[in-house]
Amino acid sequence: MSLLWMYLKVFLVGGALCAIGELLVLRTRLTPARILVCYILTGVLLSAVGLYGPLADFAGAGATVPLTGFGHALCQGVMSAVDEIGFIGAFTGGLSATAGGIAAAVFFGTLIALAFKPRAK
Amino acid sequence: MDKQRVHTNPQHYSWLTEQLSPPSPLGAGLGRAFWVGGLICVLGQAIADAGVHWLDMNARAASSLTSISLVFLTALLTGVGVFDKLGKYAGAGSFVPITGFANAMVSPALEFRREGLVLGLGARLFSIAGPVLVYGIGASVLVGVIYALFFH
Amino acid sequence: MPLKRTGLQTIELPLRPAVCASAAFVGKKEGEGPLGALFDHVAQDELYGQETFELAEKRLYLDAIRKAILKGGLKPENVQFLLGGDLLNQIITASFSARELGIPFIGLYGACSTMAESLCLGGMLLDGEHASTVVCAASSHFCTAERQYRFPLEFGSQRPPTAQWTVTGAGAALLSLQPSVPPLAQIARICMGRVVDLGVTDANNMGAAMAPAAADTLLALMADTHTRPADYDLIVTGDLGQVGRDLLLQLMREQRMPLEERLHRDCGLMIYDRERQDAHAGGSGCGCSASVLCASLLPALQRGELRRIIFMATGALMSVTSSQQGETIPGIAHAVVLESPKP
Repeated sequence: MSLLWMYLKVFLVGGALCAIGELLVLRTRLTPARILVCYILTGVLLSAVGLYGPLADFAGAGATVPLTGFGHALCQGVMSAVDEIGFIGAFTGGLSATAGGIAAAVFFGTLIALAFKPRAK
Repeated sequence: MDKQRVHTNPQHYSWLTEQLSPPSPLGAGLGRAFWVGGLICVLGQAIADAGVHWLDMNARAASSLTSISLVFLTALLTGVGVFDKLGKYAGAGSFVPITGFANAMVSPALEFRREGLVLGLGARLFSIAGPVLVYGIGASVLVGVIYALFFH
Repeated sequence: MPLKRTGLQTIELPLRPAVCASAAFVGKKEGEGPLGALFDHVAQDELYGQETFELAEKRLYLDAIRKAILKGGLKPENVQFLLGGDLLNQIITASFSARELGIPFIGLYGACSTMAESLCLGGMLLDGEHASTVVCAASSHFCTAERQYRFPLEFGSQRPPTAQWTVTGAGAALLSLQPSVPPLAQIARICMGRVVDLGVTDANNMGAAMAPAAADTLLALMADTHTRPADYDLIVTGDLGQVGRDLLLQLMREQRMPLEERLHRDCGLMIYDRERQDAHAGGSGCGCSASVLCASLLPALQRGELRRIIFMATGALMSVTSSQQGETIPGIAHAVVLESPKP
C-alpha cells in the first residue's frame, strides 16, 4: 500500500509539473528551450530557499526527474560542497552532483548521432 | 487618399489575427502532458528503487542511475525516430522531464552530423540545451557564493 | 515613348509571353495529397536518392527544370535565362542547380513569393524582347527549411494550429515568345507588390504576416486595371493557409473590395488534406505555390477550364536573425494575371 501511495505521489507531482509546462506552451509564446531555462532557474531558486527539498522528499522522482529537479540537484550539490570544502565548493558542487545526466547526454548523444540518421516526417 | 494601401492599423490587425487564429485545445493537451510526464517520473522512481534494492546503491548513486537510464532511453528513442512523435503527442510531458534535456542534445547532434564531426555534431550538441546548462550552472554558482559568504 | 504601365504598380505585357511548359516534382507527403496524381513525379522519400536533404532539394529543382524544358521541346542551351530561388541561405538550391545547367542565372529571393516573382521578371524579360525563352523555378523542402528556420527533425515539440507545413517540391515553368508546343497560358500583366508589415511577430503564424501584403497587391491590381475580383475565374494565393486566407477575405471586406470565398483558392490549402495529413493551417514554402501552379493551375488554363486567373504568391521576408532580434515579419506578394490560350 505504501509503495502504491509513493508511486501515486510520484505520478501526480511529476504530471502536475509537466502540465504547468504544457500550459506555458499552449497559452504563451515561450519556446521549449525558454521553458526549460525557466524550469531550471525555478528549481535552483526554490531549492535555495528550502522549498524544493520537502517536495523532493514527498514526491521522489516526481520532483527530481523534471528539469526543476535538475536545478534542485545543482543547488544542493553546490551547498553541500560548500559545507565540505568551503568557498571553492560553490564552483565544483553543482556539476559534480549532476555529472551523471550531463555526461550521459553528451556520450549517448554522440553515439546515437554516429549510429543513426534523422528521418523525414 | 492612396486607394491602394491596406488601411488597417497594426492594433486592429493584431486583434483580427487573434480572432481568426484557432487556439490550441487546452484540456486534451494538459491531460496528455500530465499522464505522459507522470509516467516518465514513475519510470524514474522505479529505476531508482531498483538501484537501491537490487544493486545496493546509495540514494545519490541511484539518482544518477535514474538520470543516466532516462537519458540513454531518450537518446535511443530519438535515434530511431520515436521520441519526436512522443514529443508531438505529450508536449511538455516529454520535454519537462530530463528526457527533454536529453532529446534537446541528441536531436541537433543527429541533425547536423552531416556538417562534420566537429562543427556539426560536436558544436551543435549544445545548441538547444546549452542555455539550460548556462543558466542552471550560473544560478547555482551564485547561490553557492551567497551561501558560502553569508551563511557559513 | 509610352511606358507599358497601368496605374501605380501594374505592368502590361502586350506581347503576352506564353507559358509553354511546366513541371512539378514533389515529395511523398505531397504525392499523397489531393493533387498527388497531377505531379510529374513523386519522390519515394525525402532524400530522393541523395546523401543530404539539401542535395535532394537540388535534385527536385533540377529535375523539374529539365522536365519543363523537355516538355517545351527544347534543350537547356536554347534557354536564355534561368530565374529562380528557394528558401535556403544564399539560395544554394537555385544557384547549385544553375551550376549544372549552364543557363545564365538570375537568382531571386522573395521567400515563398519566389515563383510569382520569377514569372513577373521572366515575363518582363520576354516582353522587353531581351530574351525569347526563359525558365522560372522555385522550390522548398520540409527537412532543409525545418533545420534552417526551426528545430532539428528529431526534436520533440508541438506545433500550434496556426503553424504551416513546408512543402517538399519544386516547380518550373518555361516561358517563351514563340512556343514550339501548344502553350499552357499567357501572361497578360503583372503587379509587383510592396513590402507590407502590420506588426506580426509570431513565426508560427506566417499566414497572418503575409495576408496584408496579399491584400495590398490585390487592391493595387484591382485599382490599376479597374477590375473587381468577380472579373477573374479564380484568385489564387500562394501559401496563406487557413488563418491567412480568413484574414485576407476579412481585409478585403474592410477595404470595400470583397473577395468572394468561391473565387479564392490558396495553394497551401489545395496541396494537403489538412485533416488527414496533419498539415495544421496548410502548406507553405516556395515549392507550395510553384508545384500547385505547375501541376494544377496551368493545365486547367490550357484546357480552358479556367479563362483568367490571378496567381499571387506571398512571401514572409524574415530571417532567423531578425526573428530572434524581435523584429516583426514583413510580407510581400506579387501577382501574375494568367489567361487561357483558348479563344
